[in-house]
Amino acid sequence: MADIGLMHYLMLAAALFCCGIFVMMTKRNAIGILIGVELVLNSVNINFIAFDRYRLIHGLDGQIAALFVILLAAAEAAVAVAICMNLYKNLNTIDVDRGDALHG
Amino acid sequence: MHHPRQRPGKTVLLTFALAALTCVTMTSAQEPDFGDVGFEFPPEPPPQAADTPTEFDGVPLSIPGGATEALLFYLFGGTLLVSALGVCISRSVVRMATWLFFTLGAASVLYFLLGAAFLGAIQLIVYAGGTLILLVFGVMLTSKSPWVRYDCPRTEMAAAAGVAIVLFAGLLTLLTRTVWPGTAPMARGGTVAEFGKELLTTYLVPFEVASVLLLVVMIAAAYLARQDR
Repeated sequence: MADIGLMHYLMLAAALFCCGIFVMMTKRNAIGILIGVELVLNSVNINFIAFDRYRLIHGLDGQIAALFVILLAAAEAAVAVAICMNLYKNLNTIDVDRGDALHG
Repeated sequence: MHHPRQRPGKTVLLTFALAALTCVTMTSAQEPDFGDVGFEFPPEPPPQAADTPTEFDGVPLSIPGGATEALLFYLFGGTLLVSALGVCISRSVVRMATWLFFTLGAASVLYFLLGAAFLGAIQLIVYAGGTLILLVFGVMLTSKSPWVRYDCPRTEMAAAAGVAIVLFAGLLTLLTRTVWPGTAPMARGGTVAEFGKELLTTYLVPFEVASVLLLVVMIAAAYLARQDR
């Protein structure tokens, strides 16, 4: 087996990113869309850490960026779940297509 | 109960926009020269100083290389891809969350493999143990039955798959056509001490802003989720 290099990790992250985009486009459930966002954020983290390991960025910068991404993902999930609960309270469903009150 | 879908045109429009964008990216990727944009890759760091730790409590900090790394990469990279595809094709949101758990776990192993042991642990604790549980709570609080599902029409599914595949092809083209500097990988991962020192010196301001953000988010989430308002 060939040695694992930067390219392997980048390709894996690209595949994960596309899976996340697909999930975001096809799911109608608000929580499902949130899961797609988590997939995309994870692929970004793999990229950051791989760049760090292969020294394309300085020192530990890539790992610190990944740490902030994890933190922001947790914060975003908390607020988004609260918004989903409000959506459910008002519409009795979390089908995002039903939340079209602002649709002109 | 089924809500008629009034505007399938939007998804189609988005599909074409994204596909066109990707095609433009693919065709314009002409072996980028990083010198032109004023960006320089950092110089090779000096060889390790004598006092740099190579082991901690008897555990070597070195990263596995060669065949071990390849085996672990293909094993857990495969797990990552399979479970990500599982998220894509699951129709029940609880199944999606379960597949997501395996995705997050495999990603954390890849972090360990890349020498980011601290981040691997954080990934397991915060992501798999916190965010994912929050999502499952969200599912439980927002449906009458855990197996409730909202289906997507087949045409939109096909359009989305097309966009994802074109996007992946574009990214692969971009990755293979870029000339990456062949720097040697780090011989060992960073220790938690180095990580913390960096966080409290170079990144002190973002660190403090992040703590304020967490406080704001805590108040906001509690306010939004309040029962009687």
